[in-house]
Amino acid sequence: MASSTPKRTRPLSPNIQIYRPQLTSVLSIANRITGVVLSMYAVALVVWLVAGAAGPRGYSTMHAFMRSWIGQILVFGGTFSFFMHLCGGIRHLVWDAGYGFDLRAIYASGYAVVVTSTALTVAAWIASIIWVG
Amino acid sequence: MRSPLGRAVGLGSAKDGVERWWLERVTAIALVPLTVWFAASIIVHMDSDYLTFIAWIRTPIATILMVLLVAGLFYHMGLGLQVVIEDYVHSGMKIPALLGMRFGCVALAVAGILATLRIALGD
Repeated sequence: MASSTPKRTRPLSPNIQIYRPQLTSVLSIANRITGVVLSMYAVALVVWLVAGAAGPRGYSTMHAFMRSWIGQILVFGGTFSFFMHLCGGIRHLVWDAGYGFDLRAIYASGYAVVVTSTALTVAAWIASIIWVG
Repeated sequence: MRSPLGRAVGLGSAKDGVERWWLERVTAIALVPLTVWFAASIIVHMDSDYLTFIAWIRTPIATILMVLLVAGLFYHMGLGLQVVIEDYVHSGMKIPALLGMRFGCVALAVAGILATLRIALGD
C-alpha cells in the first residue's frame, strides 16, 4: 500500500554543520587539530637536530630562518599549539582517571584550558624576550 | 556452510585496541615533563650560536632528555595520527596512508635520535 507511505521527511540526526559551536566541541576538535599541527613541528624538530648535526652552516641556516619574521610567526604558532595540546591533554588524562565529568566541571576545565594555554604562551614569549632580548 | 559462531570467530576487533589506548596515555604522561623541558630550553637557546647549541646538546642530561623526547614524541604522534587517518580516510588510501605515516614516524625518530647522538658523541 504505497499510499500509506509517509510523505513528510523524517527527522535526521543532526550533523556537524547544523550544531552551534560550543566550548566542549570546539576544544575537542582543537585538541585534534593542534595534535596534527604539532606533528609538523615534530618534523621541524628533527630538521633542526639534523641541521645541528650537519655542522655550523646547517645550523646557521636553520637559526636564520627561525629568527626571520616568518620563522617567528611559526614558532609563535607552535608555542600556542603546544600549550593548547598540553593543557587539553592533561584535561583528557583527568577524564581518563574518572574525574570532572559533570557539566560544571567540564566547562570549568574547558575555560581553564583556554586561559592557561593563552597565559603560558604569553609567559613563554615574555620570558624569551627577556632572555634573548 | 559456517555456523554463526564460526563466522564470528576471527572477526571483529584486532583485540589490541586497549594497548594502543593505554600507550597513548603513557606516552602523553611521559611527554608532559619532556616537552616542558624542551619548551624551556628553546626559550633559552632560541638565539644561541652553533657552539653554545652543541655544548648544550652534549650535556648528558640534554642528550638523554632529547633522545627520550624524540622517541616518546613520535610514538605518541604515530598513535594520534593513526586515529585521525582512521576517522577521515575511508577510501583505498587508508592502508597506504597508515603505512606511510608509520614509516615516516619511525624514520624521523631514527633521524632525530641519530642526529642527537652524533652531536653528543661526535668529536
